[in-house]
Amino acid sequence: METIGFIFICIGILFNLFGCIGLIRLPDVYNRLQSATKCVTLGTCSILVGVIFYYGFNGAGFKAIIAIPLLFFAATVAAHALVKGAYIFGVKLGNKSVKDDYEDVPKS
Amino acid sequence: MIDYLNILLYAQIALCIFCLYRIIRGPSIADRMVGIDIFGILVVGICAILSITTQRKFILDIGIAWIILSFIGTLTLAKYLSGKKLNE
Amino acid sequence: MKYVALFILSLIFWLLLTYNLTIPNIIVGSIASLITSLIFGKYFLKDVVPFLQPQRYFWLMVYLFIFTWECIKANFDVAYRVLHPAMPIKPGIVRVKLGLKTNIAKTILANSITMTPGTISVDIIGDEIYVHWIYVYSENPEEYSHKISGRFEKYIKKIFE
Repeated sequence: METIGFIFICIGILFNLFGCIGLIRLPDVYNRLQSATKCVTLGTCSILVGVIFYYGFNGAGFKAIIAIPLLFFAATVAAHALVKGAYIFGVKLGNKSVKDDYEDVPKS
Repeated sequence: MIDYLNILLYAQIALCIFCLYRIIRGPSIADRMVGIDIFGILVVGICAILSITTQRKFILDIGIAWIILSFIGTLTLAKYLSGKKLNE
Repeated sequence: MKYVALFILSLIFWLLLTYNLTIPNIIVGSIASLITSLIFGKYFLKDVVPFLQPQRYFWLMVYLFIFTWECIKANFDVAYRVLHPAMPIKPGIVRVKLGLKTNIAKTILANSITMTPGTISVDIIGDEIYVHWIYVYSENPEEYSHKISGRFEKYIKKIFE
């Protein structure tokens, strides 16, 4: 059981690394937020799955099970709020962009 | 096994340097806020690994509380970014 | 009735979080859930009938499997775009029409779109959702709305409506 948990934790840290490289390399706010949110959220979920395998189904294991959907909803809603806030603040799309349907819509 | 987990813990802490780079260098305010958001999620992973290596289960509780606090903090920052008052 | 549903849900959440079944723990949890359901009960649900229909739980399981597979695919997609030396990205914001009615279904669909390959939801106005896409494959609205939301919409309609 401990070996399976160790493998899950390794995969999670690898995905976190990809997300952080995306945070450095990609050109504008929206692309950075996309790569970072997806990869880091799934990487941390994978680390928590590893913790579940390590502890088994007792008190600590159930705490990790609760943390997974909580983290999922928190990360996605925070990313959505940041994208909308950045657009209203006036951050332009990067110069590789090809299409913008949201430009002439009344924002609330 | 605990030794290898310690190495992974240091690797996860080293990933925070990428976020700090983005927070310090970021050209606009929105870039810095993205860095802060991602930093909050990475700390949850640190808490999860630390609870195995030190064999103390209450650190998972700190992780759950950190998810909620980071979520509220990011929502507040995003609301400030879109130019609204905090009580709307 | 919706107060009772919120009370039961928060009591289950408390018992999972503390994980011991002694009498004092259950009493403390009941008091905390009672306060929570009295304050937040009126915001939570419209009615409780969907909780009692078992076929919704079956479709929820199917949806979770499909969604996990899409999540893993999304990660490899992002890893490929990040690690490629030339960074094959072509970003843009597109407008997609939804076929869903209730607010909770729209929220879950927006969250699912955020976690699937290459897309992140920006805003919902009426029954249209604005999606930031990292690689705009085609300019044809029918084609990309099928590619973005067509995979999840039929399952979410069965679960939440």
